[in-house]
Amino acid sequence: MGIQERLIEDVGLREGVSRLNEDSIQKTVNAVFQGETGARLKAYAEICLRCGMCTEACHFYLSHDKDPTYAPAAKVKQTIGTLLANGGRASPDQIYSMAQIAYSECNLCRRCVHYCPVGIDTAYMMITMRRICHKLGVTPQYIQDTAHSHSATFNQMWVKDDEWTDTLQWQEEEARDEFPDLRIPLDKEGADVYYSVIAPEPKFRTQLIYQAAAILHTAKIDWTMPAEPGWDNSDMCMFTGDFEMMGRLKRKHFESAQKLKVKRIVMGECGHAFRSVYDVGNRWAGWKHYPVPVVHSVEFFWELLTQGKIKLVSKYPGPVTLQDPCNIVRGRGLGDKLREVIRILVDGEIVETASNREHNLCCSAGGGVINCGPPFKNARVAACKAKADQLRATGVKTIIAPCHNCHGGLDDTVHKYELGMDIKFLGDIIYQCMERPEA
Amino acid sequence: MYDIYNFVTGPLVWVSFAILIFGSIYRLGSMYALAKKKDAVSLAYMDWKFSFRSIFNWLIPFKALGWKKNPVLTVVTYVFHICLLATPILLSAHIIMIEESWGVSWWNLPDATADIMTILVIACCAFFAGRRLLQKDVRFLTTGQDWLILAIAALPFITGFLAYHQLFNYQVMVIAHVLAGNIMIAAIPFTRISHMLFAVFTRAYIGSEFGGIRKAKDW
Repeated sequence: MGIQERLIEDVGLREGVSRLNEDSIQKTVNAVFQGETGARLKAYAEICLRCGMCTEACHFYLSHDKDPTYAPAAKVKQTIGTLLANGGRASPDQIYSMAQIAYSECNLCRRCVHYCPVGIDTAYMMITMRRICHKLGVTPQYIQDTAHSHSATFNQMWVKDDEWTDTLQWQEEEARDEFPDLRIPLDKEGADVYYSVIAPEPKFRTQLIYQAAAILHTAKIDWTMPAEPGWDNSDMCMFTGDFEMMGRLKRKHFESAQKLKVKRIVMGECGHAFRSVYDVGNRWAGWKHYPVPVVHSVEFFWELLTQGKIKLVSKYPGPVTLQDPCNIVRGRGLGDKLREVIRILVDGEIVETASNREHNLCCSAGGGVINCGPPFKNARVAACKAKADQLRATGVKTIIAPCHNCHGGLDDTVHKYELGMDIKFLGDIIYQCMERPEA
Repeated sequence: MYDIYNFVTGPLVWVSFAILIFGSIYRLGSMYALAKKKDAVSLAYMDWKFSFRSIFNWLIPFKALGWKKNPVLTVVTYVFHICLLATPILLSAHIIMIEESWGVSWWNLPDATADIMTILVIACCAFFAGRRLLQKDVRFLTTGQDWLILAIAALPFITGFLAYHQLFNYQVMVIAHVLAGNIMIAAIPFTRISHMLFAVFTRAYIGSEFGGIRKAKDW
């Protein structure tokens, strides 16, 4: 029991701590505490009553035979709590453990907030720990690679500028077999909608761009996509603790939309990117909210369906269950709209999981955890056992998950726990069921 | 003995209340100054409506998910806090002392009720201590501070109960009781009991974030 018995070998963490000593650690830790944190951290650290109420909130705890070291307050105690108690001093080995806890054993899903009587935000403590790790150069290798990609290319997946436009043109060409007039308009000034995606879409989920183009075309939306960097709304730097780069990413994203003078940004079915534009990256870049209106595709699809811009020729056969993505439901209150969209699309009932809406149990993939890559995969999927049990209990065959991280995480979960369930994006279902005027 | 009694019920009470009042002002003031200096991106989102919405909803027993999932702890927590605050304020012996000194008084609890409430506080403390020893997750989290504040909270009630029932040496018990009460009052701003001062703000802040930005409930 405890972090020492479950240490995972990761070259990014190992190489990172090999360059540290106790003095260099203390200097960096205290620079973060003194320079970047304030009353929030101080109050949280002081008034946490160690009551253990948050324990049952965490899917890591629930999925690991109630190992107390996975409780939210316990993760704080083993990371930020230890550093505060020791005046910022820790050994390189301790930093390794702390990094593993902060990066791979907390999805920053904030479910524990609903359990804390004094309103402590554990995710803030974990992000602060990641910030320290970033400044110490101790980051899991895979997620650091995506952060490097952001720095070098302004997208998460090392997609080169010509590859981006090539991919869009390729999808346009493919779609023209089905929709002869379809275009993916690039750099169109003054469009109503700027459609932004996360870099894994052009990289390995290109069908999602195809589907989005088909839906936007069918709904006769005046839309565009940028030809230059800024098109990727994702933000792994937010999760590694590289806040400087996080700020640059958000600025680039908004500026590319401003440059095209679009009316609003519509974001694809991703959760964390949404969090970075309304909650984290915008603040770092100095915007209280955001300079260009932003809607998530759940809201956008809701508009298209309720305003009759997309008509259905069939309904998706239900019943279905759904995964409430933390960043758009607990994080942005889209639970009702999501259900309304599903009711329009699905013939059959929505069978809710035992924990749902803002109390939803995490998919165990978000918060950058899935991005920490193969070394941490088994641990991540093991932490999804509680979720798998809830999904199995619904007895249905389809999970709707309007978030890439949830989707990816649940894919592994369904496989590992042999749930035999299909996972769908809303776009998958709309594309499948919509009326095609030109067909 | 009489001198000691006069000292703990006289100057020491003044000292305790001075530490409570000035200490609290200092703690709240310096925390606010720090927040203004370092947490501007958090303060900017504070919102009265969502602050009170959160505080209100968390005050209702079994309303929040945390209360629902920990029913026994919820009952104990409410009973503990109500009795802890109400008993000393509404105890006839305390009110008589204040009336004799300052000529002001207010409604008091019947002694038998106050006695039961005292026992309830002690029982709740025993429950909290039991959790700290026996429940794995709580045991893992527990630090010296947690035992300290538990002792600080329990001692005035234990000694008060013993004094009221004149068990052991009455005079010693009364002095111990007043001393324990003074320690508790003075400890509020500078121990984890400071959640009395700060929890309302941490709750208000998370309520503002959830209500205003995340458009979701935080209970």
